[in-house]
Amino acid sequence: MDNRRPPRTVSDPKVRQVGFVTPGAAPPARYLSEAPTAAAASSPPSGDTGPPAISTSPVMIPPPRHSPSAPLAVPNPARRDSLQIQVGGYNAPEVLLESPPLTSPSSRMDDAVSQFSEDPAMSPCNGRSGAAKVASSFPGSSGEMMVMKAGIVGGGSNTPKSSWTTASVAKTRPGISEKERGAVVGMQNDGAGVSKTLKEKTTKAERRALQEAQRSAKAAAKESGAGVKLSAAPGGAVPANIKQGKVVKPPAQKKDGPQVANPSVSSEKKVVDRPPEKDRKKDVPPPRMQFDDIHRVEKAKRRAVVYQFEAKNRVELFRHLPQYIHGTQLPDLETKFFQLDPMHPSVYKVGLQYLSGNISGGNARCIAMLLAFREAIRDYSTPPEKALVRDLTAKISSYVSFLIECRPLSISMGNAIRFLKNRIAKLPDTMPESEVKSSLQSDIDRFINEKIVIADKVIIRHAVTKIRDGDVLLTYGLSCVVEMLLVYAHEVGKQFRVVIVDSRPKLEGQVLFHRLVAKGINCTYTHVNAISYIMHEVTLVFLGAASVLSNGTVYSRVGTACVAMVANAFRVPVLICCEAYKFHERVQLDSICSNELGDPDVISKVPGRKDLNHLDNRADIENLQLLNLTYDATPSDFVSMIITDYGMLPPSSVPVIVREYRRENLWI
Amino acid sequence: MEPSPKPNHGISAYYQTRAEHHAIISGDWLSQAQAAAAAGHPPEGPPASAAASKPFSVIDEFNHWRRKPDLAEAVAAIMALVAGIRSSDATTMMELEIELKKASDALKSWDTTSISLSAGCDLFMRYVTRTSALEYDDFHAAKLRLIERGEKFGEISLKARRTIAMLGQDFIFDGCTILVHGFSRVVLEVLKLAASNRKLFRVFCTEGRPDKTGLRLSKELATLGIPVKLLIDSAVAYAMDEVDMVLVGADGVVESGGIINMMGTYQTALVAHSMNKPVYVAAESYKFARLYPLDQKDLEPALRPIEFGVPIPAGVEIEKSARDYTPPQYLTLLFTDLGVLTPSVVSDELIQLYL
Repeated sequence: MDNRRPPRTVSDPKVRQVGFVTPGAAPPARYLSEAPTAAAASSPPSGDTGPPAISTSPVMIPPPRHSPSAPLAVPNPARRDSLQIQVGGYNAPEVLLESPPLTSPSSRMDDAVSQFSEDPAMSPCNGRSGAAKVASSFPGSSGEMMVMKAGIVGGGSNTPKSSWTTASVAKTRPGISEKERGAVVGMQNDGAGVSKTLKEKTTKAERRALQEAQRSAKAAAKESGAGVKLSAAPGGAVPANIKQGKVVKPPAQKKDGPQVANPSVSSEKKVVDRPPEKDRKKDVPPPRMQFDDIHRVEKAKRRAVVYQFEAKNRVELFRHLPQYIHGTQLPDLETKFFQLDPMHPSVYKVGLQYLSGNISGGNARCIAMLLAFREAIRDYSTPPEKALVRDLTAKISSYVSFLIECRPLSISMGNAIRFLKNRIAKLPDTMPESEVKSSLQSDIDRFINEKIVIADKVIIRHAVTKIRDGDVLLTYGLSCVVEMLLVYAHEVGKQFRVVIVDSRPKLEGQVLFHRLVAKGINCTYTHVNAISYIMHEVTLVFLGAASVLSNGTVYSRVGTACVAMVANAFRVPVLICCEAYKFHERVQLDSICSNELGDPDVISKVPGRKDLNHLDNRADIENLQLLNLTYDATPSDFVSMIITDYGMLPPSSVPVIVREYRRENLWI
Repeated sequence: MEPSPKPNHGISAYYQTRAEHHAIISGDWLSQAQAAAAAGHPPEGPPASAAASKPFSVIDEFNHWRRKPDLAEAVAAIMALVAGIRSSDATTMMELEIELKKASDALKSWDTTSISLSAGCDLFMRYVTRTSALEYDDFHAAKLRLIERGEKFGEISLKARRTIAMLGQDFIFDGCTILVHGFSRVVLEVLKLAASNRKLFRVFCTEGRPDKTGLRLSKELATLGIPVKLLIDSAVAYAMDEVDMVLVGADGVVESGGIINMMGTYQTALVAHSMNKPVYVAAESYKFARLYPLDQKDLEPALRPIEFGVPIPAGVEIEKSARDYTPPQYLTLLFTDLGVLTPSVVSDELIQLYL
């Protein structure tokens, strides 16, 4: 094959082709175009060069080619020629005519897995980011995307080339089941294995060299802690599971923390220059996994400790968010309790509590998680031949991925995890283990105390100055800070009455109502559909928040935006009470791109009213989808003031606080 | 530090001082002042006896400085505190700080309505705590440094006005009409500088009852040769069509970016906003205060006696508040010595300063 490989430097990671891409048209020098052409010709391996059924739609941004795909070190001679052709790109249609030999997918997957172990740090992260990149693709084209991603996930070196090979391998292989489970979405996995090996063939030597170089660079970096763990991957109670689990732990640790608004850009940057990015990457929260991509979801499921059933009938617009059938995980987890060796029992307990909904609310979840980590750190002992810092970080990451599987992280939890990892990273190397453990435990205690407990007290002191005698205060749902504020204001003798607005399906306001009435506060209770009816009586609105984002948007329980909007229309001031550790530097313009989907069945059932059973057979109705959102985003125009432990601020000052107090040390 | 002449309840000392500076004394006001004097509170002059009996009274010092018409309230406060340092017997920084804190609290409680007073005190206290963090081997060196800094602050005040004037006069173009409300020395400085740069513009002055600030300002402007037109306060909307911009000073700039200023500023800003005229505020940076009012009633009440020229019947209440709060959405820009800022930057500055 003397197809000229396009020089690596040609690809500009930041450039993407947007718009109509004609497959098979004269390809520009950049191999960026090859993706679409390759992809375009992908689906039928029958040599048809026409536009495939699924092509890059005009509005879809083709995933960047140079995404971190795994240049798998495993040579696969049989695949070499086809890969080379794909690499060349000009002959893309020809290449795709060949269907890769359907040798045992499992062996290929094993190769893939070994690839992981060889270049652990790189591949998983890259893979993840690659996946995240493509997540925005339309579901219709998910098939081809997945295969592309599969190759990407194979993960490994930084070479920009990797992507196009994977892209070119976008062939659907119907009927080939996954290796581990004969479950539904087999083709993509298979495609992954195939693509990985294919890719390997072509650029073997070059890839190897690059990989070596990068691996040595990586070895110095923190991420290689995962590699250490991997190499020592012992059998757990569930060997295969654990092994895969451990393979995934490092990638999983990329998942934690709130997602970056634009995962593609960050992941591209990651690909282009890895080592210098390391430090910056720590500041930027890694992209969250997008659940559009069936292949990646499958992959995640394989590694997952908690087995979740995906819901079948999902709303198109929210496909990028995970949705599981509730009620299935708990018994499953309970049986697995004694098999989950690497999981600390307190972490497991907290995870179960999240799953069952026993612990809810940003502060409660964060505190529970931190206390569980504290226990885990207390019981931790460094395995022999391992560096404490890296091992501990990896362990924490594994706990975090478990918790994510139980319930997606809240922003408060994400910030707390970042703090903890920051502290672990800053530990001096020479500290003895017992000191490390006690220092970390005291750090956690201090965080909880300063950032949550005392912060709440400061917020209440500020907020109570805004309550005047004769006020009618309105609150929505159950926010622990607002509850504390109302109780405190009552104790200091202010005369006011409270209107509690509640909403289905959680009906959290009832808890607040009972608690306030027990304290002797004059309360009115209503549902959110009466909000405009009651707003004219109200003088002040107090709301809690899960987080406040950098453009002043308040991210809070679903329904908060309605309350704030109506209050604004009636010119009633809206005060948000939020601790500063919940601030985040991301910007969100709507409630769709990042949210959490709850159990849709709860919407259709009204407790205590068996006669309202019209939607009981909804699973059969194809045209009906139920959507149960957990959070929504309130624009900053509706917010008059944010009360934090740093004082009372206008919403425009949130990025100032993030800037001034996150930078150096002031996580502490 | 026992408060010496405490002003009458219900009458804001700050606004009374302003009235004195404006030097428009009506008959009613005079009689009120006399009545106040007769009630046993010496009109705000540093009683010599008090000075002799007490070692040092920050409040007297403050009053003494406050008299000077050109000196801003915050600067007067800082001068008073500096005098406090000078005459203090403390031997360590901590002691000095504690004394200063007491003095500052006394000043603030003496007149709770003045925002720039408390802002000035806070600013100086902040500076003191920051300085004491620095290593100064010699306590006296540190003390001297504080005194020097405090005295420099007075100069800063004048310099601030000049900086603001320079920034502000760029916004005045030839042939423009400016509506001015209240008598602010900073605004006067801006207009003076614009006039001396040979810009052609005219000014509408609101009458500014009850202080009659309009009269005073128009007198000043007339001597500068700037064409002035006097409006009664109710004619603001009527004249707003012809106006190109509104320029006001501020008694205090609050955390939200809004301003607290003489009564009538809010309605002028509302009218200007609804007619798409820019509202500019000229304020020094030491007026930034960590307050956050939600509405008009959220402020400390600052009352001012209003004379109507005729006796008021018995059962009739009078709204005596001397100031109002203008929310940030009605303000376009703030001219400060830190530069020309938008209202949302005020909070940024405050966070950097105080946190």
